[in-house]
Amino acid sequence: MDHAPDLPDTGGRPDALMWGKGLERTFRTGEVEVRALRGVDVSLRRGELVVLLGPSGSGKSTLLNILGGLDRPTAGSLNFDGRDLTAANDAELTRYRRRSVGFVFQFYNLVAGLTARENVSLVTEIADNPMKPEEALELVGLGERIQHFPAQLSGGEQQRVAVARAIAKRPQILFCDEPTGALDSKTGVRVLEALERVNIELSTTILIITHNVGIGDIADRVLRMQDGRIIEETAPNRRLKPQEISW
Amino acid sequence: MSRLSPLDIKLFRDIWHMRGQAIAVGIIVACGVAIMVMALGTLSTLRASRDAYYERYRFADVFASVRRAPEGAASRLRAIDGVQTVETRIVRLVILRIAGVEEPANAQIVSLPDEGESTLNRLVLFAGRYPEARSPNEIIISNAFAEANELEPGDAIEAVMNGRLRTLNIVGIGDSPEFIYALGPGTLLPDDRLYGIFWMRRRALEAAFDLDGAFNSVSLTVAPGTDTASVIDQADDVLAPYGGTGAFDRSDQLSNAFVESEMEQLKTMARIIPAVFLVVSAILIHSILNRLIQTERQQIGLVKAFGYSRWEIAWHYLKFAIAITGGGVLAGYAFGFVLENMITHLYAETFRIPNLTWRVDGFSLAVSAVAAMGASIAGAMSAALGAAKLSPAEAMSPAPPVNYQQGWLRYLLQMRWLDEPTRLILRHIFRFPARTAANLFGVAAAVMLLVGTLFTFDSMDDMMDKMFFRTNSHDAAVTFFEARNDTAVSELARLPGVLTAEGVRDVPARLESAWRSERVGITGLPSHGDLRRLLSADGQYVEIPAEGLTLSSQLASMLHVTTGDVVTAHVLDGTRPVVDLPVTAVIDETIGSPAFMDLATLNAMMDQPPSVSGAYLKLDPLHQTDFEDSVIQRPGIAGVSLRAAAIASFEQTLQETIYIMMGVYAVIGGAIAAGVVYNAARISLTERGRELASLRVLGFTNNEVGYILLGELALITLAGIPIGCLGGIALAHLIATAMATELYRIPVIVDPSTLGLAAAIVLVSSTVAALFVVRRVRSLDLIAVLKTRE
Repeated sequence: MDHAPDLPDTGGRPDALMWGKGLERTFRTGEVEVRALRGVDVSLRRGELVVLLGPSGSGKSTLLNILGGLDRPTAGSLNFDGRDLTAANDAELTRYRRRSVGFVFQFYNLVAGLTARENVSLVTEIADNPMKPEEALELVGLGERIQHFPAQLSGGEQQRVAVARAIAKRPQILFCDEPTGALDSKTGVRVLEALERVNIELSTTILIITHNVGIGDIADRVLRMQDGRIIEETAPNRRLKPQEISW
Repeated sequence: MSRLSPLDIKLFRDIWHMRGQAIAVGIIVACGVAIMVMALGTLSTLRASRDAYYERYRFADVFASVRRAPEGAASRLRAIDGVQTVETRIVRLVILRIAGVEEPANAQIVSLPDEGESTLNRLVLFAGRYPEARSPNEIIISNAFAEANELEPGDAIEAVMNGRLRTLNIVGIGDSPEFIYALGPGTLLPDDRLYGIFWMRRRALEAAFDLDGAFNSVSLTVAPGTDTASVIDQADDVLAPYGGTGAFDRSDQLSNAFVESEMEQLKTMARIIPAVFLVVSAILIHSILNRLIQTERQQIGLVKAFGYSRWEIAWHYLKFAIAITGGGVLAGYAFGFVLENMITHLYAETFRIPNLTWRVDGFSLAVSAVAAMGASIAGAMSAALGAAKLSPAEAMSPAPPVNYQQGWLRYLLQMRWLDEPTRLILRHIFRFPARTAANLFGVAAAVMLLVGTLFTFDSMDDMMDKMFFRTNSHDAAVTFFEARNDTAVSELARLPGVLTAEGVRDVPARLESAWRSERVGITGLPSHGDLRRLLSADGQYVEIPAEGLTLSSQLASMLHVTTGDVVTAHVLDGTRPVVDLPVTAVIDETIGSPAFMDLATLNAMMDQPPSVSGAYLKLDPLHQTDFEDSVIQRPGIAGVSLRAAAIASFEQTLQETIYIMMGVYAVIGGAIAAGVVYNAARISLTERGRELASLRVLGFTNNEVGYILLGELALITLAGIPIGCLGGIALAHLIATAMATELYRIPVIVDPSTLGLAAAIVLVSSTVAALFVVRRVRSLDLIAVLKTRE
């Protein structure tokens, strides 16, 4: 490496927030060996909204797990904002997730015993520079329902609470795993609107993984995975508004 | 053998999957079963061995002492309707001098017929032979005394008999059913080193105690079906002219009464303590099964859709409970056998019953298994029936989400000053009140059981304090053969080393109130005496009233009388007056059920000059040995006991057992707490694993997630401890009441340190159990939560 040591390692891309090079992940169960990632090179730029498409089993979830600090690659290197995550231990990964990463899950994963506002403040309490829970909920259009428990909210509303929870700590990067997978088209669009707003207003880098091709139209860049590799990278001429798409 | 059904295979897999919880419940069942097996099994062993001993060695039915009766009186006893066998004898206390033993020791010396063996209360000869009829100095000594003093046939021992020092030659070692529990004068626990039983030929004893052709003790057997009370009345009539002190049956025979009392306590133990374990195990099984059924809702729906009946579903889950309990029962048998063996060994030291060895008692095994299974099925029933009732369609849809929006929870909603994890913990506690209550009960039960058992050590301390320090401040107690003029007290006071002496008189009497009657000793104490004092129930000193009777609270309750009532005293000594006496005070005594009177009033009632039957002495510690040397040479002295020796023996006996018992109690109490906490934590982890894993993904550390998981249990444990302490004090009262006998009563004293110890045991065992579960937080599958629906 020939760049200055005090400058972030951007993996050769001047504006990359996170990059992975030659990422491999192999799972072994007894005699069977599954190569879920077979040498993936990926980079995510600051403020970019990227959609990762691929059929089931293509390795997109495995890649998200590795990028999100939930799993480690078998080979390759991984870097976030100049920090090497390739060999990070559990505590370091926990710190990475706590400080820098937001997650939105397919099935919301809200805490049933806490209200919308409290679900958000659960995360803001452990964050360094969070926004107010009310503010985060306002951002996703749920300012009115902050005192409701998850059982009293619709699926789309629950997912927006999850988005608010993910962004309230002002993460540098937001990983969304099939965020609309459990929702109908109309409700899903509202969730995407919330994500778009976060991306534009807070400049949060967002990676959405989905097998819903239509969602690719709202992205800056679309990556396609198959058999553990990224096989295609496209950049739409114009990012569509979520309202403009449907499925 | 038919193949296992798929449901049974599933059952085994479920149990294997939940083995941690199954083991936790199994251990609690095992503790309950073990205690029941131990108590009932030991009871059965003790009873069977004792009964066999009594029968084989012909333990008498009725016993009586007289001052001196001619042998001819025996034929009049034989003439009483229903009397089968009569045997007269001579029984006396003697003072011993044993080489190497400083304290004065005593022996009860019992006559053997001049030829052959006794007809009643026969001897088991362990070693040596019977004394020669013509040899006046040959004795058989009791086994425990021989062991404690390392004596064997061929050794000799010195005894003061009627004021004369004699050397007695040991020719045999034996025991008799009359002295299973041998308690010396003035002692609380057997002290085998300082008290023994000797057997000697009658002719030698007649000569030594000037009782030629006479006897001072008689025992007899009655035909089955005979009214023993009537035989006793008639025997009293026969023996009264010879100074009879009242015949009594086996229930008042000291050794037998102690064995009976111990057996009563075992029965109480078998009833009360295992119940606590079984209730806790039932609650745990209920919660585990409820949780299992929640997780298996969809499978239940599926299986029902296939055509399985309600009954098959219910039976499937009941079998789960039965299998876990069955394992606990088997483990309980093993643990129970170990405890039983240990206790039987301890009993064999205390109760001198030949062949008192542990054996398997089928009854105790059956009863404990039935009780454990009953509790388990009771716990499992409602959960199993709930599963059976699920309709297939309802079961196959996911369980409705938990709604936390409950009326009074709104209040908790406002607790803004709490952080979210803590609020989450509190909501969970209040959202599931039944579960919280069950866990709270479990922890409280552990504390309760610990307090309810460990308090006995505080009670022992209190008994020791009262017995040896507060009520008895004498250094030595002297017993005379018979009542003597009270000048004997001033003679004792003049002996070297004696600082003060106070006379005391024991008079046998039968106290009657309405149809109730108790044979007791009335003890006359000098007014304003210092060496033997009385305490009220609240621990205050009570001066003995000048008039009337002072009763121990046990005796007052046995006679159903209180202060102000009148009882009729049939005195069984001297001129045998019958007097109506008012109860003028009721006092607190832990040992026995005694009655007291002012000494002068007692003597006046007996219509005799001032007399005493013994004395309490205060000694100069520097001249104690001078006293010991001189006292045993005084004529008319039957026994001398030193308080210091009694304290030492009591403490030694306690220390031998205290750590073992404390350890056993701690382990079983801790097992309950650990079982409850482990189980609750596992259920919580199963239910909330997904939630907790989500929090881990969001950046919460293992410790933070652990706090949410275990904070609830920590709060419940902390809340359960004070509740358990209160419950424990109540249990202590229950146990003390149930275990109180005529012989002694356990005062309920619970020292704060005992509460602290119970709390500490529960905290430590809960923490250990919780740590086992925390390990699992580390292995939560973070990736799965992203993909799976609840």
